[in-house]
Amino acid sequence: MSTPLLETRDLKKYFKTPAGMLHAVDGVSLTIGEGETLGVVGESGCGKSTLGRTVLRLLEPTAGQVLYRGEDITTFDKRRMFAARQEMQMIFQDPYASLNPRLSVSEIIAEPLIVGKLCRNAHEMNERIGGLMETVGLAPRFAHSYPHELDGGRRQRIGIARALATNPRFIVCDEPVSALDVSIQAQILNLLMDLQEDKGLSYMFITHDLSVVKHISSHIAVMYLGQCVEYAGTKELFANPLHPYTRALLAAIPVIDITRRGKRIETIQGEVTSPIEPAPGCRFAPRCAYATEACRQEQRLCQVSEGHWVACCRAAGEEA
Amino acid sequence: MGNLLDIRHLTVVYHTEEDEVHALSDVSFSLQKGETLGLVGETGAGKTTTALAIMGLLPRRVGEVQSGEILFEGRDLLRCSDADMRAIRGASISMIFQDPMTSLNPTIRIGDQIAESIRQHQPDMKRADVERRVDEILEMVGIPAARKREYPHQFSGGMKQRVVIAIALALEPQLLIADEPTTALDVTIQAQVLQMMGDLQRQLGTSTILITHDLGVVSQTCDRVAVMYAGEIVEVGTAEDIFLGKTHHPYTTGLFGSLPDLNRETRRLSPIDGLMPDPADLPKGCRFNPRCPHCTALCRECEPELTARGSHAIRCHLMGKEERA
Amino acid sequence: MSVKENSAIRKRSQLSLIWHRLRRNRLAMLGLALMSAILLLAVFADVIADYDTKVVGMNMAERLQTPSAKHWFGTDGYGRDVFARIIHGSRLSLSLSIISMLIAVAVGSMIGAISGYFGGRVDDVLMRLMDMLLAIPPMLMSISIVAALGRSMANLMLALALAYMPVFARVIRSSILSVKDQEFVEAARACGTSDARIILRHIIPNAVGPIIVQATLAMGSSILTISSLSFMGMGIQPPQPEWGTMLYEGRDLIRTSPYLVIFPGAAIAVSVLSLNLLGDGLRDALDPRLKN
Repeated sequence: MSTPLLETRDLKKYFKTPAGMLHAVDGVSLTIGEGETLGVVGESGCGKSTLGRTVLRLLEPTAGQVLYRGEDITTFDKRRMFAARQEMQMIFQDPYASLNPRLSVSEIIAEPLIVGKLCRNAHEMNERIGGLMETVGLAPRFAHSYPHELDGGRRQRIGIARALATNPRFIVCDEPVSALDVSIQAQILNLLMDLQEDKGLSYMFITHDLSVVKHISSHIAVMYLGQCVEYAGTKELFANPLHPYTRALLAAIPVIDITRRGKRIETIQGEVTSPIEPAPGCRFAPRCAYATEACRQEQRLCQVSEGHWVACCRAAGEEA
Repeated sequence: MGNLLDIRHLTVVYHTEEDEVHALSDVSFSLQKGETLGLVGETGAGKTTTALAIMGLLPRRVGEVQSGEILFEGRDLLRCSDADMRAIRGASISMIFQDPMTSLNPTIRIGDQIAESIRQHQPDMKRADVERRVDEILEMVGIPAARKREYPHQFSGGMKQRVVIAIALALEPQLLIADEPTTALDVTIQAQVLQMMGDLQRQLGTSTILITHDLGVVSQTCDRVAVMYAGEIVEVGTAEDIFLGKTHHPYTTGLFGSLPDLNRETRRLSPIDGLMPDPADLPKGCRFNPRCPHCTALCRECEPELTARGSHAIRCHLMGKEERA
Repeated sequence: MSVKENSAIRKRSQLSLIWHRLRRNRLAMLGLALMSAILLLAVFADVIADYDTKVVGMNMAERLQTPSAKHWFGTDGYGRDVFARIIHGSRLSLSLSIISMLIAVAVGSMIGAISGYFGGRVDDVLMRLMDMLLAIPPMLMSISIVAALGRSMANLMLALALAYMPVFARVIRSSILSVKDQEFVEAARACGTSDARIILRHIIPNAVGPIIVQATLAMGSSILTISSLSFMGMGIQPPQPEWGTMLYEGRDLIRTSPYLVIFPGAAIAVSVLSLNLLGDGLRDALDPRLKN
């Protein structure tokens, strides 16, 4: 098998808090192939955003490796990291906070070009900016506008243009559409998918919205309290969800189906427990209807069928 | 059964420093007892303005009801005095806001916040009775009564929204307006809260207006649906009309096309082109015409009327034509 | 969300946008007009009234005259023209407060920026030092510094700068803290931007607003402090025409010649008020997220 574009090995990120160590990302191992999209799904506090930032070394990992084209970027020095950053970019959730309010649209898109010294002169720079704006569907007349003058969808397009400026191969998309209205959301999703096709980009697509993730991803990782509990190809995961949490998550999506009106749906009880100094064993066990004595053991991600991994002793046993 | 709420030709304008913003134009709908109406639309469609107008909470001086009436049990709320409205709010009509984090006072115990809203409307109620009612209502929304001595920050987002719902339902209002009650919550928590709201509604016979942008939530909870766009109702009908019906307003079709469908494989979404119009500078004719794939010369010139066919009404020239043909 | 298309097409610099917003605030414009008038009078003081003959030179023949066409604000006990003295006094007050504020802003924001950006131990030590300074009222601090180091303009400036510095350090630290964790700073880091460029291009421009506002407001209160010190005899010494000094000199004659106190008092009040109005207006105008 060829080396995947990006691979994390037992990646951990802990934060020190007054109450103890917060295990935001706790031993996550994933792979993303060239031109693929890995959807990372989970509810608030599951560590999916921290994972995205740790993969790009915007946060220094506590332990573990991040392999980009087979090389561990966590060991890179400043110079090599700078080069790596040109190929690994990020699109942010909040189209308001992710753009510097003091810079105009063209200045925002120019930043990565200036920092990376990617243009020889002003003319080339303007050309590149114009090209990028066209790529993401921003009319040239907005070049001198400021972010606050534009709507959320256009702002998100600026963020995408900025991420594309350095010609990256891999982009972490952190909830890029969750702050947008549905009709705009669909425009941005289409744009992201078109870009992927044209440029062969790989995405790590972080979201809480399962229908979005199903639409855009080739593989999906479900996270719960800092750990990946299930990882599979998108079709396989939706057809055959094994982890009880994945099943609960799927059942909870409000799909458009009026036959379900007023009927009881299987909801999981309780709420996410604290990620601070978690007890060993399955972290979903306190909410799980099938929890047994065996769930107190550490749960490892096991392969149950080709490319389908799950961290649940019961599901793994059932399948085998 | 009679209508609990009847809104007729409601038109609301916001006066800002520079412009007149047409927030609502000629909005009419009704709500029967025990019914749940979904108000669907995107940011700026006028959903929240409708809710605030019913509650009599439009921003003073800025918001102005230009015409129309809001009949609640036959009484026009727009003609009620401030004192009357205060008596109605909370007791007969109550509202839940989107953000549970900011709708509770962080310095008051949650039990006292619920008691406060009861006492406001029933000042003669004995202290012990109020306490009993607080316990009762907390248990009803699935919070152990023992937690009433805790402060809002000790509750998670989902639990806080339960408290907010408890306050809203403490006096068993006839009408509950829920403005995006679960948008800020995670899906599994959203499912819990929606389930609980549905159970309570059946138990208390409350009529509900559910404001949301999530068509999935609407399909699973609402009896009737009104789709709003740029301050107008563009389509209204029973849930069956909207979700199973064949004819739709092009905007409704666009909304459905924008949603990734979990049950179907689609490579590309078919979103609506363009953006919401500026409410201070609305297009001539049909408000959706600049974004509409079926736009005709007529659409650019005159504004269509809501054309009803049974329970289903659509504001589109194309529908009218079909009817005549 | 809908957007005004036409406003997006027009190219506007940030400064003209700020000016546009400020202009709509009538009170701020009043403050700006008053302050500009005071500044103009201060700059052209020598043209309007000669320093040696009218401001310090005594003329006993014309002493204690009530306001008239010749002496708009009357004359004092030494026959000096009060209007001329007030105008020349504004030179002293304004230059003293502007220079001391510049020192305070420069040193204070440097301390605040270091504190806010690097955090940790550095932040702890610097901020506790600032807290200690903040615990002493500016007035008391100025009095003790002037008393300890001697009465001079330089010492007065030092005293004021020291008294106001911690305020600026705190303000810039908190605005840097709030800007530092925003996603656009993260986005800059994600494309490998250096720390220096992040601070200069992304953090400082978003943190200067509060400093400008604070400096404007602090200038008002420093004018007050200077006058108070002079009134107590700790600041500018007679015969130099300082507003506080003039108040002090006029206080014995307040019953017979109230204008000796009224006009310098009004000068202090008007300049402090205009700076406060302007500062408040700037606070609103400098926030780029406010819709125009």
